[in-house]
Amino acid sequence: MSGQRKSLLSGGIAKQALKDSLMKLNPAVMMKNPVMFVVEVGTFVVLLMVLFPSYFHTGERIGFNLTVFLILLFTVLFANFAEALAEGRGKAQADTLKKSKKEMTANKIVGGEVKVVSSAELRKGDVVIVSQGEMIPGDGEVVEGLASVDESAITGESAPVIKEAGGDFSSVTGGTRVVSDQINVMINSDPGESFLDRMISLVEGAARQKTPNEIALNTLLTTLTLIFLIVVVTLAPIAKHFGISLDIPVLISLLVCLIPTTIGGLLSAIGIAGMDRVTQFNVLAMSGKAVEASGDINTIILDKTGTITFGNRMASQFIPVGGADYTETSYWAAVSSVKDETPEGRSVLELVKKQSMEVHPGAAAAGEFIEFRAETRMSGIDLADGRHVRKGAVDAVKRWVLAQGGSIPADLDVESDKIASEGGTPLAIAVDNRIYGLIHLKDTVKPGMKERFDQLRQMGIKTIMCTGDNPLTAATIAREAGVDDFIAESKPEDKIAVIRREQAEGKLVAMTGDGTNDAPALAQADVGLAMNSGTAAAKEAANMVDLDSDPTKIIEVVAIGKQLLMTRGALTTFSIANDVAKYFAIIPAMFMAAIPEMNVLNVMNLGSPLSAILSALIFNAVIIPLLIPLAMKGVAYKPISSSRLLSRNLLIFGLGGVIAPFIGIKLIDLAVHLWI
Amino acid sequence: MDILQICIVIFVLLLLVKPVGTYVYHIFSNEPNRTDRIFGGVERFLYRIIGLKQRGSMNWKKYALSMIATNIVLVAVSYILLRTMGALPGNPSGIGNMEASLSFNTVISFMTNTNLQHYSGESGMSYFGQMIVITMMMFTSAASGLAIAIAFMRGITRRGEGLGNFFEDFIKAHVRLFLPLAFIVTLLLVGLKVPQTLEPMRAVQTLGGGMQQIPLGPVASLESIKHLGTNGGGFFGVNSAHPFENPSPLTNVIEILSMWTISASLPYTFGRFARNKKQGWMISSVMMTLFVAFLCLTYFSEKAGNPLINQLGINSSGGSMEGKEVRFGIAQSALFTTVTTAATTGSVNNMHDTLTPLGGLAPLAEMMLNVVFGGKGVGFVNMIMYAILGVFICGLMVGRTPEFLGRKIEAREMKLIAVAILMHPFIILAPTAISFMTHLGTDAFSNPSYHSLSQSIYEFTSSAANNGSGFEGLADNTVFWNVSTGLVMLLGRYISIIALLAVAGSLAVKQKVAETPGTFRTDNKLFAGILTGTVLLIGALTFLPVLVLGPVAEFLTLN
Repeated sequence: MSGQRKSLLSGGIAKQALKDSLMKLNPAVMMKNPVMFVVEVGTFVVLLMVLFPSYFHTGERIGFNLTVFLILLFTVLFANFAEALAEGRGKAQADTLKKSKKEMTANKIVGGEVKVVSSAELRKGDVVIVSQGEMIPGDGEVVEGLASVDESAITGESAPVIKEAGGDFSSVTGGTRVVSDQINVMINSDPGESFLDRMISLVEGAARQKTPNEIALNTLLTTLTLIFLIVVVTLAPIAKHFGISLDIPVLISLLVCLIPTTIGGLLSAIGIAGMDRVTQFNVLAMSGKAVEASGDINTIILDKTGTITFGNRMASQFIPVGGADYTETSYWAAVSSVKDETPEGRSVLELVKKQSMEVHPGAAAAGEFIEFRAETRMSGIDLADGRHVRKGAVDAVKRWVLAQGGSIPADLDVESDKIASEGGTPLAIAVDNRIYGLIHLKDTVKPGMKERFDQLRQMGIKTIMCTGDNPLTAATIAREAGVDDFIAESKPEDKIAVIRREQAEGKLVAMTGDGTNDAPALAQADVGLAMNSGTAAAKEAANMVDLDSDPTKIIEVVAIGKQLLMTRGALTTFSIANDVAKYFAIIPAMFMAAIPEMNVLNVMNLGSPLSAILSALIFNAVIIPLLIPLAMKGVAYKPISSSRLLSRNLLIFGLGGVIAPFIGIKLIDLAVHLWI
Repeated sequence: MDILQICIVIFVLLLLVKPVGTYVYHIFSNEPNRTDRIFGGVERFLYRIIGLKQRGSMNWKKYALSMIATNIVLVAVSYILLRTMGALPGNPSGIGNMEASLSFNTVISFMTNTNLQHYSGESGMSYFGQMIVITMMMFTSAASGLAIAIAFMRGITRRGEGLGNFFEDFIKAHVRLFLPLAFIVTLLLVGLKVPQTLEPMRAVQTLGGGMQQIPLGPVASLESIKHLGTNGGGFFGVNSAHPFENPSPLTNVIEILSMWTISASLPYTFGRFARNKKQGWMISSVMMTLFVAFLCLTYFSEKAGNPLINQLGINSSGGSMEGKEVRFGIAQSALFTTVTTAATTGSVNNMHDTLTPLGGLAPLAEMMLNVVFGGKGVGFVNMIMYAILGVFICGLMVGRTPEFLGRKIEAREMKLIAVAILMHPFIILAPTAISFMTHLGTDAFSNPSYHSLSQSIYEFTSSAANNGSGFEGLADNTVFWNVSTGLVMLLGRYISIIALLAVAGSLAVKQKVAETPGTFRTDNKLFAGILTGTVLLIGALTFLPVLVLGPVAEFLTLN
């Protein structure tokens, strides 16, 4: 899906954004952004002076005024363009989604008979039959049957998934296609409220509300705008007293340079782009607030199975018993597994390979594979030379060996108990009447998890692992994975209890879940990420849904949230820091005519007062489009401690924000001064 | 020698910060401590007299309302006393009633801890007025300000306990802090030859043979609280430049330390409340850094002297001594000027109008920022406001929504801070601009050039920051100046106090956020840098254009 989206970006989005940025000039729309609204009003005032020079007695400055007007207009347009571009990416995605939301027919069951109706007529509680090749007409639960469903329209994942009645895989989404078999679906959403509808309005930005932090930041930006408005308005009468007349376009230029137009113009684009990054990541956030909250997370609760570990047991060690040597034990373990296609069997061969030992398939090639059966609880191979090799549950193998008149090595029970106490599963290996040793099977932590948890710890985020295992097993995995804490033998209520406990300490908690019994905890968590494969109840309770159903993504979501907040802070700092240089450009320029000594303050040695003002104004305008890529992509985020992160960003955006405009304005002035 | 004098005073101040800060913390922590035995009885007696039976903690609204109501009562009583002063006892020199607009200006001026004086003490105020109105208000306004600062500290550091009881804080501030300290400082000053008498003016024959009226009065007692309470209103018109108010370099140092110590100790008190002393020291260090920068600006500008006088060939190697007392010299004058505008006291030991342009810029800038130590509590509260702003802007850069002392800074706090931060430039710049637009304003200027901007903006800045020092040279006892500065003082004091108490009230009820390695730390050097940057970028940039057109233009054209 992401590939599809990128190609869309290079296509019509930019063109559409250009058009939208003109549409957004409508004052009623601009009002929502007070900083840019002030710029627009200023633009309009200068425009009047250009159009009616005789009325305002501005005839002799018409060239300058026209230039100021154009720069101001572009400042507003640039800001609009940034917002339109961010919105455009969402819209393009919404369009593809809308295509899958075409009107379709549904086979509704009415009193035992099938009736063909339009999908728009379906209401909560209706039951429909969906057969192979048909679209599922609305969100619902499978109430009968089993089918594989292609959900690529929503998830972008082309491999079909199995949906069946009952259990955690019963929920289906409207707009997806049944590729095999037939299911009965009970619809659980009314038209306009389906998952697809919500998704469309989310990515379109129609349901976008300002997040709490955005509202607070907007208050600050509006305040700064008002302060500088006071500064500029009061400056005119004071200057007049000293015989310095300041033209209105000059005052407007000063005002526009001082108010935080950079962040004011990019603020909503940053927010939209942040949401969009989450969406591109195939996670659907129900609100911007949820993305913001994910940046604040202190604690992440993760399920062990499937998230931290692979969830299937893998051979990790061979333990010889009864005087057998290690090579022998691993040899027979390998032989027993040569034809074994189960994950356990394959993992035995992998372990042998890892220990760079030879496996002789020749010995087993001619043998006959004995499949695992519930009654025997063993599998193995009958070799061509008549020897029988078996591996399986320790007690089953013991019985098999005894039955053949063999004896049980004295250390077998000790070793197998040791494996069990470490949370592993022991498998015994026997050849005819002799037990050679044990295979230690254990749940394996996914590679890279430990490093990720270390990173999280540096970011100040604690990880808690939830597992149904006994405390011993849980402790082993927890130590191996490097999580900070774990809950063993956890029941769904335990998760809620942990979330409440952490929240009472003032922490924000994130968790993932998919089952119906996870729903209350998902709702209680500050950030709840539900798996798309999960039940409708889980998805309803969560404030984010992962379309790929990959629970480890919660870690990346936290990073995206942090990145969003950092980008906002970085550009605000940059914008405010820019004022220093702009002052040094404009203030001497304003007063130089009356007080030639003011040239001392002209530290950039700008060509002339007029070119100084225009250069500052041009810098102020062009910095917006120059920063659009940064606003869209976000500030690079590295998982390091907060103080290092802060020093780094302060250096780049704070100090950089002070220095960059000095250089930028000087360079622009070199060009502008050629004309005036 | 000059530098050494200054360093010694700063060193003594630094020694005092910890003990005084700790003492203030114990007064208001409301936990039992040793001082209860000394003062508890007096306090209980006072509580009984005023009928304060329930001394429960108040929410921010009740606290603010109690403080304002108390101040209104004091203003009303004082206004009546000033208007009828001529007929009241304690008037040996036969001074008349005060005019209405001047009385309005004076009561507001003293109630708001500003002490802008459009009257002259010798000729316009009876001994009764000096003691019952002026000295009384010097105590009560200082106690009100300190109570607010303490309530603010409680709000941002303690959770869900309310902000304290205003009346209890108000009485404790008097009984345990201002009265005992004022008593000690008065005795010190009397010992150093400051008059303390109820005798009328004395007529003496001068060496030249003429007769001169020498004004006297209860000077030492007023002088002590004038500085301890960062009030600044002088007994005499020329304030602490008068030899009876401030006879020697030693009294000068005592007065400097009196006005400076409590303000400088409040960050430490805050550190105790926050149970994080580093947090307090961080704020102290920012205040001290800014202070030293401004002190250097004033000192070296004054030391360099006036280029016009230097050109005349007059030996001015001692620096610009115009308007300064010979017994203080450049160092003690520069230090006094920088401290009095930092701590927003407003007493003066030299004429600020005759400071060199950049030497005069420093006190002006300190009052514009109003965070470099600041008056009783106000400077501290304003500094925290900038800290919250700094946290809000830079806190995002660690990838978390902003939090200060474990509390989230959200839209409500930003709105309240917006009110406070907007009010300050508005009440300085708007009336200054108005003063330049009408003859009512421009007629008062005694200087045609850029200096007149300094005169006007100084008057309003001094009012807004509740400093009260006058640039002088401004004919300001007119209805226009009396009323406009009166309103500016009122708005400057109460609007920001109410807004910031509301911030404290809102933070006090918030769920505390856990501290983790990912938390934005506000008690280290990095944050001290951020705070300084925020003060300079947001506070100073606002006033840069007028400063350029006033003192800077004057400086540039002078050379």
